[in-house]
Amino acid sequence: MDFVQNFPFFSIILSLFSGPFSAILEKKWAKRVNYFILFVIGAMSAMVFAYTLETRQAYVYIMGHFPAPWGNEIRFGILEAFMATFFCVIMLLCMVGGERERALEVEDTKQNLYYIMVNLLLCSLLALIYTNDLFTAYVFVEINTISACGLIMIRQNGRTIEAATRYMIMSLLGSGLLLLGICFLYSITGHLLMSNIQVAVHGLMASGLYQRPLMVAICLMAVGLAIKSALFPFHTWLPDAYGYSTVSSAAILSSLVSKGYIFLLVKIFYRVIGSDIIFNSKVIHILFIFGIAGMIMGSIDAIRENDIRRMIAYSSVAQIGYIYMGFGLGTTEGVIASIYHVLSHAATKSLLFITAAGLTDCTNGKRNIHEINGAGYRNKLAGVAFTVGALSMVGVPMFSGFISKLLFSKAAVGHTIKMLPTLIALAISTILNALYFMKTVIRIYSPIKDENAGEEYTCVKFYEQPLKSVAYILFIVLNVVMGLNSEPIIDCIRRGLEIFS
Amino acid sequence: MNISNLLNNYAEVVSVILFGIGFSNLLLQKNLIKKIIGLNIMDTATYLFLALKGYIAGRKAPVVVDGVLSVESYINPIPSGLVLTGIVVSVSVTALMLALTIRLFKRYHTLDLDEISALMKKEEQ
Repeated sequence: MDFVQNFPFFSIILSLFSGPFSAILEKKWAKRVNYFILFVIGAMSAMVFAYTLETRQAYVYIMGHFPAPWGNEIRFGILEAFMATFFCVIMLLCMVGGERERALEVEDTKQNLYYIMVNLLLCSLLALIYTNDLFTAYVFVEINTISACGLIMIRQNGRTIEAATRYMIMSLLGSGLLLLGICFLYSITGHLLMSNIQVAVHGLMASGLYQRPLMVAICLMAVGLAIKSALFPFHTWLPDAYGYSTVSSAAILSSLVSKGYIFLLVKIFYRVIGSDIIFNSKVIHILFIFGIAGMIMGSIDAIRENDIRRMIAYSSVAQIGYIYMGFGLGTTEGVIASIYHVLSHAATKSLLFITAAGLTDCTNGKRNIHEINGAGYRNKLAGVAFTVGALSMVGVPMFSGFISKLLFSKAAVGHTIKMLPTLIALAISTILNALYFMKTVIRIYSPIKDENAGEEYTCVKFYEQPLKSVAYILFIVLNVVMGLNSEPIIDCIRRGLEIFS
Repeated sequence: MNISNLLNNYAEVVSVILFGIGFSNLLLQKNLIKKIIGLNIMDTATYLFLALKGYIAGRKAPVVVDGVLSVESYINPIPSGLVLTGIVVSVSVTALMLALTIRLFKRYHTLDLDEISALMKKEEQ
């Protein structure tokens, strides 16, 4: 066994233990340790990615000394390693980009707690990505929820506590359904390891036994994870949670936390149940309908919103809708498009949140889009970066959002019934996206109105906040690279899915 | 689907009905404490379901006494392990929810979530 094969386990355990460790450190050192750990885990994941890309195989790593049907396992291939690397990069950039706001908004005594939460969150995300055991996945889903709740309420005001409460309630409903689904599946298959369940499920399908409990279990797990990742009718907690928490929390929550659940759902589709059974079941139609509804309704809510941070949060609802619509198409192409959109949304939405904070900072903290005139001139780099993010969300060629829309349409064209609704929804949603994002971009580049002329605004030069500027530039580069050079990424996702189950 | 299936598996049916009661309480109650009670009913119903699935009539808990090593004489221990793990998870989320409730009560002096939202909006204006 090559030494690299230990790295997935090392990265989970490293992030788990660095949390308590950073609790006893001084504030400054806790931050450095946190960045260093994120960097190390990112590097290890990248090495695993390179290794799996070279050998083109998936590996099973036994946890403890018990082999397959009894023990616990980690399983990793191209897709898992790629996701882990990507998540680490995004998380590091979010932490660096929101550093200044975090220092101002979070109480001094609670700064260390923030790093514990971030480490726990990363640990649970990595475990969700790598684990091959359904019940372990459930436990880490709950750890993910608890640490995300901590990230929301670390900035203490009425709004965030209320948002955290609503988030917890919705999440607990979702995880209750997920747990019941897992119990159903365990009671009819007798296994907890994903690969063993798949064998048993195929046996059940062939014998015709327990068809109804099986479908109920699939529905429960799909709906539970959809609730947790804020699919359209369950998104009420989202605008407050993303809009009022400190900016790196908002960026991490929108780009990573909900994506962890979506990745688990992909895993359940491909590895636990088997894609052939899922694509023939009716569950995907439900996901498709709610996905389409989310695409439209999320954008409409965003248009009606005047607070820039809440507007971006509502846009997340629409983007989650895209992802579920991709699953709902019921083809591998659709799932590839969804996974690509997970990546592109993660790269774009975190950029938008962090630059929005930069823009409101140089407007004396005003967040209403009618009051941020000229912010793009006062903080030039943030203005450019926000524009890049907005263009990418709208789906202008050259940026990552365009590729995911292209992939969605390509996947839809192969489908007889769902083609028309998908294309129409994509068109409407693109126009709506353009409406509210372009409105904001025009606003930040228009001169200050007369009634605000008396106010003094500070201008921010890019060399005054070097770390933040680096984060902005890296985010822009990431978006453009994903937009111009998407072929290798799509190829990785495709190859990863082939060896996924 | 006939009614005798339901009657034969009446214990599972009870646990799923309990789950539904807990779920709708957590979703629909306005009072935060009642929501938390709903959460606990929901989780406990799942543990009841798991415990039922692990139990095999006429067998004993898997603790070796009198040197009986045959698999045939013990129940399935895995669901019990899952229940233990689940209890730990549910205790921690309950604690977190209660902590959040205390915070909200100290700030707004009410437990009604809708009222809290209204007060919060009034506070900001």
